[in-house]
Amino acid sequence: MLRFVALRLARALATVIAVMTFAFVVLRLSGDPAQVMLGPDVPQEAVEAFRRSWGLDAPLWQQYLAYLGAIFRGDFGVSMRDHSPALALVLERVPATLQLTIPALILKLGLGIPAGVYAALHRDSLIDRGVILLAVAGFTIPSFVLGLVLVLIFAVTLGVLPSGGSGTWVHGILPTLTISIGGIGVLARFSRSAMIEVMGQPYIRTAAAKGVKWRNVVRGHALPNAAVPIVTLVGFMVGSLIAGAVVVETIFSWPGIGRLLIVSVSNRDLAVVQCILLLIAAVMVVSNLVVDLLYGALDPRLRAQPTT
Amino acid sequence: MDRLVEIRDLRVAFDGVPVLHGIDLDVAPGEALGLVGESGCGKSVTWLAALGLLPAKARVTGSVRLGAGELVGAPREALETVRGKRIAMIFQDPSSALNPVIRVGRQICEALRLHRDLRGAAAKAEAIRLMEMVGIPDAPRRFDLYTHEFSGGQCQRLMIAMALAGRPDLLIADEPTTALDATIQAQILELLARLRRETGMATVFISHDLGAVAQICERVCVMYAGRIVEAGPVERLFAHPRHPYTRGLFDAIPQMTGPRRRLVPIPGTVPDPRALPPGCAFAPRCTRAHDACSRARPDLLAQPDGRTLACAYPVPEARADSFSMERAMT
Ligand SMILES: Nc1ncnc2c1ncn2[C@@H]1O[C@H](COP(=O)(O)OP(=O)(O)O)[C@@H](O)[C@H]1O
Ligand SMILES: [Mg+2]
Repeated sequence: MLRFVALRLARALATVIAVMTFAFVVLRLSGDPAQVMLGPDVPQEAVEAFRRSWGLDAPLWQQYLAYLGAIFRGDFGVSMRDHSPALALVLERVPATLQLTIPALILKLGLGIPAGVYAALHRDSLIDRGVILLAVAGFTIPSFVLGLVLVLIFAVTLGVLPSGGSGTWVHGILPTLTISIGGIGVLARFSRSAMIEVMGQPYIRTAAAKGVKWRNVVRGHALPNAAVPIVTLVGFMVGSLIAGAVVVETIFSWPGIGRLLIVSVSNRDLAVVQCILLLIAAVMVVSNLVVDLLYGALDPRLRAQPTT
Repeated sequence: MDRLVEIRDLRVAFDGVPVLHGIDLDVAPGEALGLVGESGCGKSVTWLAALGLLPAKARVTGSVRLGAGELVGAPREALETVRGKRIAMIFQDPSSALNPVIRVGRQICEALRLHRDLRGAAAKAEAIRLMEMVGIPDAPRRFDLYTHEFSGGQCQRLMIAMALAGRPDLLIADEPTTALDATIQAQILELLARLRRETGMATVFISHDLGAVAQICERVCVMYAGRIVEAGPVERLFAHPRHPYTRGLFDAIPQMTGPRRRLVPIPGTVPDPRALPPGCAFAPRCTRAHDACSRARPDLLAQPDGRTLACAYPVPEARADSFSMERAMT
């Protein structure tokens, strides 16, 4: 068990370093911050001076080693734009993003899983067909289209909700809905098929044959088995708590991580972009780790043999 | 005869396709009844229908009486009090018939709580006693293990322990040894026979292996394509099978001393329920069939020697031996 956890931790760390490296290289090869920050018409000396002061004149591998060293000292660099620490800039935006993504996650779980389970237990009924239809519609409509449609209906036509901005919880309603609808659909579909699969298993018939009440067959025998695959998907959704709102924050001009990312990428604000990507990777890796450990708790068959 | 279960004209159809065409079957208290026939003949469906365990798309008609109660069409709550308590059922492939994420001891305790109102330490003690009774070594320690930590044969023992938990009047063992290898198979058969002696519960043993049935049953019913074609005391059917299908099944049994094998010796296969041959369903595979056999289906009739038989040209009673010569020449 200890070996299993250690193995997983090592893998998680390796993943984070891989993401960091990739982000570092791609960012540096894809554009020159000096050009973007200073504009096109500045003299060559100014550009050189800018590069020197940010260490961009050194060879790439030197820059990379310096960057890694700084990270391990807890130094995430400084924004080229306003010279404040990148980490603080990023962390400052986290609450705003979580204000959208956590309620959205609750909606996904609270609506998606029950809808899927209900549909599975009433297979081929009208409600089942309705759930499938809504679910497919939910996850096939891209979020920018969905966001615009919601704005059109609730802000423009009905005029009951603001079309963008932040400040009150009312401003969060449309972005939260936009984020959650796709996830509700995915989770409903997935829970439905997981549950149908489990309900067809011999051990469900055994439980019924032994006289267990129908409700308890579902609750005590089917759900614990269906939970195993569902947890994977939920883990994935938890992993995107930070990254899942980029498009929606942009549509609704919501001051979260996603907007900061878009702005920083277009400014080639290296330290900030790297810091955001690192945070996103860390959250995903941690949630994956938790899922792996949860598997063992949910399914005894997976406890003994750590898969790699 | 005093009867525990009385099945009358039981019919089952899936999506409008009949697969069971009117079964009449009685089980006496304490009796060991064998139900044989190739795969797909309706053996499992008969008892799943009786217990209301078929999927909703199955249409079940006829009557299954248990004491004074009627099971066909009974509300779910009523069936839930019969299942496990009056009639328990164990299945083929025991490894997947137990819940993989619940400790085996807790699965047995669940049955004890449902049917005997035992909880906590009392339930645990009784579960361990049952595990020992069915031959699980080191039961107290293994109470907390999961299915994947047991072999197939041990899983079937655990299934049996769980079935015994409700002290049922009738145990339906649906091909309990089919998924197991030969030595384990023999041990499980021995266990079932012993438990019946000790508890006095009736047993219906479903199998496509007539040899195994002959070993532990007193009476046997042979099913073909959703109907009973011959039934009677085991020795009588064993000595003189009269339905050509029964005869074919017996001919396929390897020597009792030799290794047992799966039997599909009769030429052809069980017909698809959607395309049953007219007349006698066995006629196309039958070496004794006449033209008339594919026109009229023979009824299941009581014979003077105590068996029932549905065949227009059965193997002659006294000349069973010459039949095998006749068969050998064709
Ligand atoms: N759930 C089901 N849906 C549709 N057909 C079924 C179902 N269960 C059994 N059948 C059909 O009923 C017939 C009898 O099956 P069964 O009783 O399982 O045979 P066996 O004698 O091998 O136990 C077969 O033709 C089988 O295909
Ligand atoms: Mg069967």
